[in-house]
Amino acid sequence: MSLAAHTPAPTAPAPPGGAPPAPRPPAGTAAWTAPLRWLRRHAVVLAGCAALGYLLLPNAVVLLFSFNKPAGRFNYAWHAFSTDAWTDPCGVAGLCGSLGLSLRIALLATLLATAFGTLAAFALARYRFRGKSTTNALIFLPMAMPEVVMGASLGTLFLNTRIGFGFVTILIAHVMFCLSFVVVAVKARIMSMDPRLEEAARDLYAGPVQTFWRVTLPLAAPGIAAGAMLSFALSFDDFIITQFNAGPSTVTFPMFVWGAAQRGVPVQVNVVGSAMFVLAVAVVLAGRLAASRRRTQERKAAAG
Amino acid sequence: MTAVVPAAPPAAAGPEPDPPSARRTRRLTPYWLLLPAGLWLAVFFAAPLVYQASTSVQSGSLEEGFRVTWEFSHYTDALAAYGPHFLRSFAYAAIATALCLLIGYPLAYMTAFRAGRWRNLVLVAVIAPFFTSFLIRTLAWKTILSDGGPVVGALDALHVLDVTGALGLTGDTRLLATPLAVVCGLTYNFLPFMILPLYSSLERIDPTLHEAARDLYATPAATFRKVTFPLSLPGVVAGTLLTFIPASGDYINAQLLGSPAEQMIGNAIQKQFLNVLDYPAAAAMSFLLMALILIVVSVYLRKAGTEELV
Repeated sequence: MSLAAHTPAPTAPAPPGGAPPAPRPPAGTAAWTAPLRWLRRHAVVLAGCAALGYLLLPNAVVLLFSFNKPAGRFNYAWHAFSTDAWTDPCGVAGLCGSLGLSLRIALLATLLATAFGTLAAFALARYRFRGKSTTNALIFLPMAMPEVVMGASLGTLFLNTRIGFGFVTILIAHVMFCLSFVVVAVKARIMSMDPRLEEAARDLYAGPVQTFWRVTLPLAAPGIAAGAMLSFALSFDDFIITQFNAGPSTVTFPMFVWGAAQRGVPVQVNVVGSAMFVLAVAVVLAGRLAASRRRTQERKAAAG
Repeated sequence: MTAVVPAAPPAAAGPEPDPPSARRTRRLTPYWLLLPAGLWLAVFFAAPLVYQASTSVQSGSLEEGFRVTWEFSHYTDALAAYGPHFLRSFAYAAIATALCLLIGYPLAYMTAFRAGRWRNLVLVAVIAPFFTSFLIRTLAWKTILSDGGPVVGALDALHVLDVTGALGLTGDTRLLATPLAVVCGLTYNFLPFMILPLYSSLERIDPTLHEAARDLYATPAATFRKVTFPLSLPGVVAGTLLTFIPASGDYINAQLLGSPAEQMIGNAIQKQFLNVLDYPAAAAMSFLLMALILIVVSVYLRKAGTEELV
């Protein structure tokens, strides 16, 4: 604009040399660089979405093939649409039994690991004591060790102590590898808690027991819940350590799937996998929805 | 207030008598809290490792029983017989870790900086696959990569399979039972273990640092190289370790997606333990695996501590 003011003869129609340079490059080259520039700007988002697709593709395949009516014993190729497996999920010998066993082990292992792990997390987060670094290492190591090594060594111990492999040995192994994850989750939460809240409780004449139950524990609850959910998922889905510590009559659900992979996979396996996926996602989404609705209500209440 | 003052001296004397015992209970409290978890880990995690160390130097047979004879031949035998298995394990695990970083970083970055109100939904989508048993999901890859399936068809039409087949990464006409399938499965299975630590370290980065970099005329690429990536290094290190260590001991992907030519050291240990029942050999092999992982990880951590990794 200032340029146009300086030119002595302002020829109105499009001055070729004295035109303001700013809008020109995009206008002239937009035809073929616009998509390129868009791609460059959104490359991260596109790559991220592709990664999400890679992560979720197998789940989509599992869901799709739960409606398959396979031609042979293996459910790897599409043959015909059918809802047989969904209407009869326990139609395969041993499947629902193994599912029940896995659920029982996961619940018990979660209960024990969460209780023990929470106590240990309080000790590590709140106290200074001799042997703390050794304890920290002992708790960190199971997370940094390949499962084959842990499974094989615990299995060797059980073999030589003549403890029969079965429910108890699987439970012992599951509590062992879940403990560390609970300790880490709960410890992180306790460390991030505001100590002033507990001081306030004490200032208001709450006893140590009352402070713990009314203030400390509710504050630590999200960490404990996260640790418990992680334990449940890890225990329910564990295969490698379980394979080294299970007896012939204790077939967990992952072991059932493993066995089925050698002999022929029934469609019902896909049904169980899909049902758990859909159920879990629904629960998580419902929780998020409820939380956001509560938040908007609170905001409205605060505003009104 | 003033009425309370006369009562104060006896009240203050109240807690005085018991400090020694109170201090002792307080000193012992952490040990009591740690007792169940510590005992459990000592007996069922640490003791088995020590026990296995002794098993690895035993000799004997299943019928006669095993005895400690300081027989170190299991170690040399394991290296001689399973050298390729060890090499494959570390090669596959390293490639899968690199791929996880390459695939996982953009997703973690997008979730941390670009997802906006979709952030929680993306995080749910990252964790959601866990709810289906990982064995079932690995079997799904058998369908995806199956002979005559869409992936094989597309790669074949683009003549990609000719190139990778010539390199020995895949078959000339198939993906299943090839190294590529195993690495693909490993990458898939451990990807969330890479994404979550990456995300948590990226999410902690102060966004004003990005603005500062832009104000100082850094290009987006320079901002990433000089600000974002260095600050996300703790996540990179944690993610690579959480991916590499379990991947190098894994035997499920090699078993389900590979052929005998792709067997990893985990497969060999599993067979020695559960089928051959040669416990000393299995113990020696898992100890070797642990030792090699320790070496690789400590070398890596030393590199990661300096700029050489960048």
